[in-house]
Amino acid sequence: MEHYTMNLTLKVWKQKNKDVRGSFETYRVKDISSEMSFLEMFDVLNEQLVHEGKEPIAFDHDCREGICGMCSMYINGRPHGPWHGTTTCQLHMRAFKDGDTIVVEPWRANSFAVIKDLIVDRGAFDRIIQAGGFISVNTGNAQDGNNIPIEKEKADQAFAAAACIGCGACVAACKNSSAMLFVSAKVSHLALLPQGAPEKRTRVLNMIAQMDKEGFGACTNTGACEAVCPKEISLENIARLNKEYLGAAATIDK
Amino acid sequence: MALTGVSLIAFLVVHAGLNACIWANDNGEMFNKAAHFMGSTVVIRIAEVGLFIGIILHIVQGLMLEFENRSKRTIGYQVPLGNRGSKWYSRSMGLLGTLILLFLIMHIYHFWTPSRLGGIGNIHSLQPVEYNGKEYHNLYAEMITVFQSLLIVILYVLGCISLAYHLMHGFRSSFRTLGLHNERYYKIVSATGVAFSIIVPFVFAMMPISIYLGWIQ
Repeated sequence: MEHYTMNLTLKVWKQKNKDVRGSFETYRVKDISSEMSFLEMFDVLNEQLVHEGKEPIAFDHDCREGICGMCSMYINGRPHGPWHGTTTCQLHMRAFKDGDTIVVEPWRANSFAVIKDLIVDRGAFDRIIQAGGFISVNTGNAQDGNNIPIEKEKADQAFAAAACIGCGACVAACKNSSAMLFVSAKVSHLALLPQGAPEKRTRVLNMIAQMDKEGFGACTNTGACEAVCPKEISLENIARLNKEYLGAAATIDK
Repeated sequence: MALTGVSLIAFLVVHAGLNACIWANDNGEMFNKAAHFMGSTVVIRIAEVGLFIGIILHIVQGLMLEFENRSKRTIGYQVPLGNRGSKWYSRSMGLLGTLILLFLIMHIYHFWTPSRLGGIGNIHSLQPVEYNGKEYHNLYAEMITVFQSLLIVILYVLGCISLAYHLMHGFRSSFRTLGLHNERYYKIVSATGVAFSIIVPFVFAMMPISIYLGWIQ
C-alpha cells in the first residue's frame, strides 16, 4: 500500500468533568502519515496542543495492540471507527483521505458517565464481573491441563466468547444502551465449560441483576452490537444468555 | 414481549386462514359459517379473552420497554450509527407497533364491534343471512360495505405493511429472546420468519384489495 500524508479536520468532544456539559471543538492536523494509527494521530495533535499551551485531549488507551479494551472512541458514528473487527488503536490512518473531517465522540450511555473529554467511566462492567463473572476455585497445586476433557467445538465457542475485551462498544452502538452482548460473552464462556457449570445458575442471575442495577437498557436483538464488536462476539451468545437465565430462574433453589 | 408476540403470531395464522374463506366465491357462505363457528364455540371465546389479554400485555410492555430504553442515553450522538449496524425496522419496533395499534382500533371498530356488540346502544348490528334454515350474521356483507371506500382500503394496506416489517424483526427476535442459540435452528426460524412476514400480511392486504376491485363475487 502506498504511503501518503493527509491534512484533516477533527471535531472532538471536549468536556471538563462529569458534572458540566461538554461541546465539540474543531482542530486541524497536518501531514498525518497514512501508516499512523488513529491514536498516534491523536498523540501528534496533543503534542501540537501542548506546544501551543492548550490543554491536550484526554482519551483512554493502554496496550495499543487491540487486546486490552481501553480505547473507546466513537469515530464518524461508529464505535472504534470504520474498520470491521478492529479496535481504535488498530485503526490506521489509511482508512481516511486527505481533507476528511472526522467526528470523535465518547461512548454515550447514562451508565457510562463521561469523566473527561473522550474518557468514560466503565466501572459498571467491573461490577458486573464482580457479581459472578468468575469461577470459585480452591488454591493449591495447579491441575493437570487435560484433567477435564472438553469437546473441541465447545472449547472453541468458549474461546470465541472469552475474546471479549470489555471495551463497551456494544453499549455505545446499541440504541437501547444495552450491555447484553458483554454480559452474554462473559456468561457464555463459562457456561460452555465444565469448570463454569457448578455456579452457572447463580452466576447468570447475579450478573443480570447487577446489569439492570447499573441502568443499562434491555436487548431488542437489533444486532448493532455484533456489527461493531472489535472482537466479533456473536449475537448467538445473547440467545445463550437468555436460555441460561430462563433455566436458572425456573430452577434456582432460593 | 417474546411470549405474547409468539402467541399473537399464532393468532395471525388462524385469522388469515379463516378470512381466506372469502375467496371461495360463494357469496360469503363459507366465510360466514366459519365466523359463526368462531363466535359460537366456547373454547374460541375463552381463547378470545386470552388474545385480548395478550394484545394488551404486548402493547403495555412494548411501550414501557420503548420509553425505558430511550431514557438510557440522555445525550445522543452527533453522527448516528444508523443502518450500518442494524435494520431500520429492527430499531423502529415501537413506531411500527404504534401504527399497528392505530390500525387495530379502526379494524376492531369495523368488524369486531358490530359482530359482538351490535344492537347495544346505538352500535349497528350485522344483517342476518339464512343458510339451510339457520340464521347467521352476514359479516361478509359488512366486509363488502366497508371495503367500498378507497381510503379505508389504503389504510388497511398500510396497516399490513406495518405488520410485515414488525414481524420481519419480531418473529426471529422472539426466538432469540426465548433462548434459541443453535445456529442451524436459528437459520431455519429466521427464514421461516421472513417468509411468514411476507406471506401473511400479503394475504391480509389482498382481502380489501380483492373486494374493492370486485375480484370476489
